[in-house]
Amino acid sequence: MMFVVVFGASFLAYNLQAYSSNPLSAFGESTALNRDYLIAKTIRDLQLDVPPPIRYFSWLRGIVAGLWGDFDMGLARSNIPVVEILSMAIPVTIKLVLAATILAIVFGISVGMITAIRQYSRFDYSITFVSFLLFSLPIFWVAVLLKEFMAIRFNDFLANPVISPTAILISSLAFGFVVAGFAGSKRRSFLAVLVGGTIFSGLILSYVSITSWFLEPSLGIFGITFLALISAAIVTLLISGLESKKGLRAGFGTAIAVALLYFPLQGLMTDDASFFNVVMVFLVTLSAGLIIGFIVSSFDRRVYMRVGFFTALLATFPIIVDRFMKEFGDYMISDAVNGRPVPTLGQANDLLSPEQLENFWISGLDTAIHLLLPTIALTLISFASYVRFSRGSLLEVLNMDFIRTARAKGLTERTVIVRHGMRNAMLPLTTILVNDFAGLLGGAIITEGVFAWKGMGQVFNDAIRQYDLNLFMGVFLISASLTVLANFVADLLYGVVDPRIRIRN
Amino acid sequence: MTLQGNPKTTGSETEGLSQRQIIFGRFLRHKAAMISSFGLIFIILFVFSAVGLNIGSRDNSISIPGWWRYSITDIDPAGAIASTCKGGVTGCPTLDLIPSFLDGDGVKIGDHPLGTDIIGTDYFALVMRGAQQSIMVMLIVGLLGVLIGTTVGAIAGYRGGIVDAVLMRLTDMFLVTPTIIIGALIGFRFGNLGVVPLALLLGFFAWMGLARFVRTEFLTLREREFVDAARVAGASDRRIIFKHILPNAVGVIIVSGTLLLSGAILAETALSFLGFGVKPPDVSLGLLISEYQDSFTIAPWLFWWPGALIVSIALCVNFIGDGLRDAFDPRQRRHISRKERMQAKKASEKST
Repeated sequence: MMFVVVFGASFLAYNLQAYSSNPLSAFGESTALNRDYLIAKTIRDLQLDVPPPIRYFSWLRGIVAGLWGDFDMGLARSNIPVVEILSMAIPVTIKLVLAATILAIVFGISVGMITAIRQYSRFDYSITFVSFLLFSLPIFWVAVLLKEFMAIRFNDFLANPVISPTAILISSLAFGFVVAGFAGSKRRSFLAVLVGGTIFSGLILSYVSITSWFLEPSLGIFGITFLALISAAIVTLLISGLESKKGLRAGFGTAIAVALLYFPLQGLMTDDASFFNVVMVFLVTLSAGLIIGFIVSSFDRRVYMRVGFFTALLATFPIIVDRFMKEFGDYMISDAVNGRPVPTLGQANDLLSPEQLENFWISGLDTAIHLLLPTIALTLISFASYVRFSRGSLLEVLNMDFIRTARAKGLTERTVIVRHGMRNAMLPLTTILVNDFAGLLGGAIITEGVFAWKGMGQVFNDAIRQYDLNLFMGVFLISASLTVLANFVADLLYGVVDPRIRIRN
Repeated sequence: MTLQGNPKTTGSETEGLSQRQIIFGRFLRHKAAMISSFGLIFIILFVFSAVGLNIGSRDNSISIPGWWRYSITDIDPAGAIASTCKGGVTGCPTLDLIPSFLDGDGVKIGDHPLGTDIIGTDYFALVMRGAQQSIMVMLIVGLLGVLIGTTVGAIAGYRGGIVDAVLMRLTDMFLVTPTIIIGALIGFRFGNLGVVPLALLLGFFAWMGLARFVRTEFLTLREREFVDAARVAGASDRRIIFKHILPNAVGVIIVSGTLLLSGAILAETALSFLGFGVKPPDVSLGLLISEYQDSFTIAPWLFWWPGALIVSIALCVNFIGDGLRDAFDPRQRRHISRKERMQAKKASEKST
């Protein structure tokens, strides 16, 4: 059935493109002496004398030949095989959208679920408004704004990275209000958190301003410890609950262990490191987490080992980020960057010296900085829909009878929400997640255009503007088959995660 | 006796409201949706009356003049130079909303309230015309999408069996094609025909999601007792569909219709931004942003206004959609805020 749909859709698309475009129109105003020859050549090369519905089948032959390993998507008009062009473009697009998608999923689902738990709170109302606003933003507009404020003005700011006291005051107050929104609706706790949050962020911003932190950024042992403790708190809360002593020991023990490992781990992350070293770092910290989870418990070990494992996973990211940050000072003053690190265009800095490119940390930092703006833009846009979906989904589940039963039999609120609520609320989200991953390749066309990345969007753009039928069909085939495949996978996955659903054969 | 004692919550129910009245009442209570409805109506009236209507090709066009003194073809270089602001940039906005006791210039609209573009075209006229085009695309795509989607979904869901299978496979065929890809293909070829044909063509590829929802709704409604009753009483298929099933499915249609609208305006602006939509000399909001994205540093107003309009239109439509969804959802209970709860408590204490 899947094949029938892709076949039909590709037939439609092929004819639509063939009939709507005229590759010969470029010669309409041509004054070249060999104009007639060029026209004849184009007709012969593109087989324009064959009617499109029939020409479609000669294209299809190449695709079907893929069944016996002879896959052929034809030649693009530049005489380069379409397969070759696509295999260069797909990794670029994946690189562009992967981080943004993961960030949007993680933040969107967590924020959405918090708003559902705190339904009708101040926090819920503000997040609802923000998500509607983000929903209504055209991505190209956001992209231009980001270029102006996050790249051009930020680079100007880096020339003299001092934050004015007024700016510190305003942004700390804003931060305080956002954090206080989480704290619930009681007036006293709201005020306490507001004051605490404001002072805390005020101190950090003043520190950043006084030490010119942006020029030599690093998290340092204090930042790492702080983030590790926060990760421990979140993971413990979600997996074992903060009232479980063993859970607390496993989580916070792991956090302290990872923070202590910060210094020895620097030995692993030398200048000639590679991706392998990063994997090694994770192996070390994750096994530390598992061991601590094992030691603190005598039964139910899997739960506490899970606490240790996920705490270590979250707490290790700051260590890696810190290592990349250490290269920032040198990166910024190097000739290739010349004090303006955040780029508005492109996917890598062409001017980096070979030594810099060989250094895993510097080239990684370069990629990360080029990914910064597109990732923010893409995350903002798709964040909103995840917030809405997960909020609605959790609210629906929380209104069901089995939740009332769970509460009635005396389970803690945490168990009710995490075990009974969130798990069930994740079910409908799987379908959306899988479909979104499929839509990624086609979905970043606009973003790629604005930030001048040479991925699928660029290929597609060229294909349409140059009336390149084979190239167009290549892009089309990839995105259409991914969508169909994703639907199939979503159905299968749904059957796996939800035992009530049987897949008929 | 806490909430029951409150005349505000019980009084209306004693009269016996029709389904339509209940839904309408729920929508009226949704503050964001109400504000957005007025906002959207205001934007549409303002935009369409400002520069008038001008449809069709250059030779045989319908044109109704608007109240704004410039049109997008008037070029006024002298005016642009007259409104030069600090730094020697010509064509700055003359609109000033800060009153005189704060700023010194006083509230005034001036000759070119939103400034002019580089050659001296009045930017207010350009933005109004662009918004008009974008709104027209939005409405036409939405209307066509709802029409086709409802028809396909209704037939598939009501007939079932082989008709359903064929129609749904057809829907899937359209669905696996990313909208932006087909939109770009259409826009690149037909963008120069003007905005109405472009919108009509885009509408042919915008109905699939709605068709699926309508089909599901019809599939469940078809099995309900009141439909059986109608059939036993000898009602024709047409009567069953239009009198019995469609009124019950109207919630789904309206809600996904509004989502279609906000999707359509974002898609149109994105296509125009990429150069696959409305083509110069005509303008659209996406086209304006794409043209002036590089002049942000010197002339930011050329960039802010079209974007702000897109965002406010889409935001209004989304909020209206949210209000409609809540209004049509029978499980929806009105949230009673703490203040109202206190009032109700007080009222009940007083009465006892």
